[in-house]
Amino acid sequence: MGSRASTLLREEEIEEIKKETGFSHSQITRLYSRFTSLDKGENGTLSREDFQRIPELAINPLGDRIINAFFPEGEDQVNFRGFMRTLAHFRPIEDNEKNKDPTASEPLNSRSNKLLFAFRLYDLDRDDKISRDELLQVLRMMVGVNISDEQLGSIADRTIQEADQNGDNSISFNEFIKVLEKVDVEQKMSIRFLH
Amino acid sequence: MTFYLVSLLKFFFSAKCKGAKDNNHLLYKPYSNAIIAKEPTSLEEEIKEIRRSGSNRDLDHASEFEMSDIFYFCRQGVESIMDDEVTKRFSAEELESWNLLTRSNYNFQHISLRLTVLWGLGVVIRYGFLLPLRVTLAFTGVGLLVVLTSIIGFLPNGRMKNFLSEQVHLMCYRICVRALTAIITYHDSENKPKNGGICVANHTSPIDVIILASDGCYAMVGQIHGGLMGVIQKSMVKACPHIWFERSEVKDRHLVAKRLSDHVEDKTKLPILIFPEGTCINNTSVMMFKKGSFEIGSTVYPVAIKYDPRFGDAFWNSSQFGMVNYLLRMMSSWAIVCSVWYLPPMTREEGEDAVQFANRVKAAIARQGGLVDLLWDGGLKRGKVKDTFKEEQQKLYSKMLVGTQEDRSRS
Repeated sequence: MGSRASTLLREEEIEEIKKETGFSHSQITRLYSRFTSLDKGENGTLSREDFQRIPELAINPLGDRIINAFFPEGEDQVNFRGFMRTLAHFRPIEDNEKNKDPTASEPLNSRSNKLLFAFRLYDLDRDDKISRDELLQVLRMMVGVNISDEQLGSIADRTIQEADQNGDNSISFNEFIKVLEKVDVEQKMSIRFLH
Repeated sequence: MTFYLVSLLKFFFSAKCKGAKDNNHLLYKPYSNAIIAKEPTSLEEEIKEIRRSGSNRDLDHASEFEMSDIFYFCRQGVESIMDDEVTKRFSAEELESWNLLTRSNYNFQHISLRLTVLWGLGVVIRYGFLLPLRVTLAFTGVGLLVVLTSIIGFLPNGRMKNFLSEQVHLMCYRICVRALTAIITYHDSENKPKNGGICVANHTSPIDVIILASDGCYAMVGQIHGGLMGVIQKSMVKACPHIWFERSEVKDRHLVAKRLSDHVEDKTKLPILIFPEGTCINNTSVMMFKKGSFEIGSTVYPVAIKYDPRFGDAFWNSSQFGMVNYLLRMMSSWAIVCSVWYLPPMTREEGEDAVQFANRVKAAIARQGGLVDLLWDGGLKRGKVKDTFKEEQQKLYSKMLVGTQEDRSRS
């Protein structure tokens, strides 16, 4: 009596995901069961439609952008590894990571990577700069029809003015980090797990 | 009956323990209601908090827009991807430990030979013995219902006819209850619905009807189907007045409301049985009640139905299984165990509109049945969520931006 999903999660895979993302064994199995319940096509990957079927996500003004963050450049399907890699950004930051390997790359849920996740929600064309247009697009998604173009434009201009330091009229990742240096990113971009 | 249930439970427990000893794999998933902890804060509070932590300026000079505002939407979005309140209501409830039915096997990884043997034994008992017995009973019950109600239909209207009709209906439903090995506990029967009232209940499966109708007589409401269902419906209505609609009439809300209110006004007619959710939900929650039945203005008798998932999952996932498939699964489960609570009657209060009344009734049912009370529409099982919800969020956020600008222009 195997599980309903045709691909059971093997122990080796769980170990690999653990190393890569830092999730615990039980968190990984729990999220795997969530992944399979979203995977209506039962082919081991999720499409954008699978995400859009979640009502609470569909009513989120930035829902489409968030869904986008799961899909690597140009692809339409995300497998479980990719799913976990993206979700790992929202793991809380632990102070003492005893098993920290000094040669390992920065963990996915570091402050810098959390900020990068947010940055990429703005930076649609992935050119590492938030242009005025890109900022306007995100603002428009968040306010809907309730604010006029002129008002929104002036909000965007003001924001860029405050953040832009090298005068190129767009916000680079470093400028983005500077603007948000006092914000409690660790807490606001983390999700608390119950196991 | 209880002996049967108790021995079944002991059986599952022993299966669980034996399996667990053989291996250090998890035999069953750790039972948990949620994987993440969600803080119930509002959009405004959260965004203000984010802004506050990011600046050391006074709140008087709070800017209209901060780049950190998206953190709120970001986290909300990812939280809903990890765990949301709606999608899990449309698939069967997950069990704490396996009850030896293959259909309830989600990620339970089988390990031991012993467990396989037990499962095999279970299959033999269920399909070889229980199923044929139950199917025969079911055919008897339905057959009797059709034949007897047609006969009663020839009698002249009057007390004798009503009395006989009630007896026949009750008897046939009770045979069907046996056919499903449904073990039902009724609570608070003093609140049973009376003539001229409307009985509302949460909906998990078509079996709900059989469960309620074997304890009391109701006028059913529904669409006329073709085939066997249609035959049953047509003969039932000969014996006593049920409310069946043609497919075309179902869309006409005024027509529906008129027929319902005509029925309740006639005190000789039986109470109407309605399931306001409009679709089957998996019995862990109660979803939005459609306001139609609550506009009519008669007394509402709420009923809460809760199934015990350990013996057989009663939820009908109509997008996954057809009716016949579903009934076969029901009849090859161990048993259907449920509790029915008759809640005290409620009426619409002064100044309360139909939607508020519906929500009040829904909350009472959810509380009694131990179910989660949700505002989401059961129609989300098949359809997309309305854009108005997104627009509400956008409006709320816009107020935060524009509100401060108005203050600025004033000062």
